[in-house]
Amino acid sequence: MKTRKILAAAAAVATAIAGLATASLAEPFDDGQSKTYYEKLTGKKVGFVPLSMGFDLTEGWNAGLQNQAEALGYEVTIRDPNWNTEAGVQAANGLIAEQPDVLILHPLDMQAYNRTVQKAMASGINVIQVNLKSVTNGDVYVGTDWYEMGQKQAQAVVDACGEGSGGNGKIAFVQGMLATPTATISGQGAQDVFDQHPEIEVVATQAADWDASKAQAITSTILKQHPDLCGILGLWDGQDIGTAAAIREAGVQDQVFLVTSGGGNQSAACDNIENGNFDAYYSYDVPGQARDLNSAVKILLQTDPEPGSAPFALYTPLKYITKENMTASSCWTLDELKANGG
Amino acid sequence: MLKGLNQERIVGVIAVLLFVGFAIGLPGFLGGANILSLIQNVSILGILGIGMAIGIIGRGIDLSMVSTMVISVAWMLVMVNDGTHLWLAVALAFGFAVIVGLVNGFLIAYVEVPAIFATLAMGIVVYGFGKSFMIGQDVVYLPQGESWFYRIGSGQVAGIPNPVIAFALVALVAALFLKFTKVGRYVYAIGNNVATARITGVPARPVILAQYVLIAVIAVVAGIVVATAVTSMNTRLALSTQVYDVILVVVLGGIGLSGGKGGVRNVIVGTILIGILLNGMTIMNLGYTTQNIFKSVILLAAIVIDTMLNPRDEQTAQHGDI
Repeated sequence: MKTRKILAAAAAVATAIAGLATASLAEPFDDGQSKTYYEKLTGKKVGFVPLSMGFDLTEGWNAGLQNQAEALGYEVTIRDPNWNTEAGVQAANGLIAEQPDVLILHPLDMQAYNRTVQKAMASGINVIQVNLKSVTNGDVYVGTDWYEMGQKQAQAVVDACGEGSGGNGKIAFVQGMLATPTATISGQGAQDVFDQHPEIEVVATQAADWDASKAQAITSTILKQHPDLCGILGLWDGQDIGTAAAIREAGVQDQVFLVTSGGGNQSAACDNIENGNFDAYYSYDVPGQARDLNSAVKILLQTDPEPGSAPFALYTPLKYITKENMTASSCWTLDELKANGG
Repeated sequence: MLKGLNQERIVGVIAVLLFVGFAIGLPGFLGGANILSLIQNVSILGILGIGMAIGIIGRGIDLSMVSTMVISVAWMLVMVNDGTHLWLAVALAFGFAVIVGLVNGFLIAYVEVPAIFATLAMGIVVYGFGKSFMIGQDVVYLPQGESWFYRIGSGQVAGIPNPVIAFALVALVAALFLKFTKVGRYVYAIGNNVATARITGVPARPVILAQYVLIAVIAVVAGIVVATAVTSMNTRLALSTQVYDVILVVVLGGIGLSGGKGGVRNVIVGTILIGILLNGMTIMNLGYTTQNIFKSVILLAAIVIDTMLNPRDEQTAQHGDI
């Protein structure tokens, strides 16, 4: 009995000494700010409601978010509503009940999350909206300026087909699903540019519903009708792979200039620029957005502002990719991002 | 004279009228190339429609068709991208679809779940299962390859676009199946009256099983045409309303939802009408919503005219539609 007690005491002393030793060894250098930085981030909770997991953008952002969260000791919880707005609102409400420190929303349309954003902020949660924005501002918007995107894409078509280009100015606009903010806002941006260029004739504006087969059908009909078409403005790589297929089938790849946009994923963007499907591509560079997203999260976690008191935006610098300027690092792959993104 | 006008003929007449109208009013509509592209643009809808028709003739329906198409073909592309041999991947994709068809058929024939619920649920199961375990990404891209397989959806033979040929082949095989095989005739018998069919010795349950397997296989064929045409497969299609477009084509062509009636010709007529409409409206550059209004008004008109000319009698009404 006695020996046991002595042994136990000895063990306790040994552990305490060992503990002291590791504690003194692990005391990191503090440059005056780094200690509070790590302390403020550790143990925090971040909620993320994407449109849906499983596609290049959300998977990319998530890879970046998880990398930083793991490195810094906070937690990013995902609720996947799989393209369903109602499920998204429910998921967001569920997260609000769990009181995370920051809530990241990726809204499908401009109205659906308005009240969710307000509710989260009212209960003391900082809100970040990524790549798509509700009408209601959260604390941060990280993502594309869709109006700028429309303008830049339209300008690319104007440069290829407008005055001084040698083109005849006949272009077509393959729209996306009309209710989505990307389609409406980009559409307006593009229209505003075309309005300034009377030499540009938009011979067709048709919605393809983000569906490659529909884009193909529409484009092939337009090309039959206007065999001398000079350019096409498309709004999303996944859809415009169909637009490109119709152009290829009509044998007018050299004549028709196709500009599209997307997250800049290797197989969606660079592979298709390489093989001539797309002539030009505006990328909103998902690794860059992941980095911005992480910055916003870390700023909010450190400063912990009263929700809505100091809103700011980080609009994504757009990357213009063509066959001529493309390099090995123009696009990204998910494996890369998972390994060292964010 | 009006008596002979069934829905198929009414739709045929509407199609001809539209065709003539567009041909006169729209420059460029009547070109041989435009006519071919018109059919090409609806050939996938047509292929799916033929599968759906086989279901509806047997007084069933398959709402899981688009999910089956999307998931099996996307899975095939994933496998090919990961280095699986092309033909093995194709075989596995068909194998997966056959399993889906068997489960559908089993639920409907043996568990006696109404087709509309069984396939509605299966569609969700197939999509969910596929997205969780088989396919990581929403959009899967087609690798570049030399095999003729990659040209099923694009390119042409003797000036006819390959998807049109695929549509024609599927239509031909389905027509032969429905007209001349024993199982095909049984499908009509079951669609007319399943109880009577069983009393007279038709093996109703195995036939229903075969029916849904066939539909799933046709769905994969349609998917292969889609994927090779646009060099990718977007799994989000499974969440779209495409399946209603498919039903629209079938019903528009005059295949009644009460089963036992109609054939491949009806699907072709319905598909071509939709093709003419879409093509003409695209040429006119009509807006998206306007196009939808026209599509539905034409469908309603066809059904209303049919109901007026062929009113329901006691016999056709007793089974009831879905």
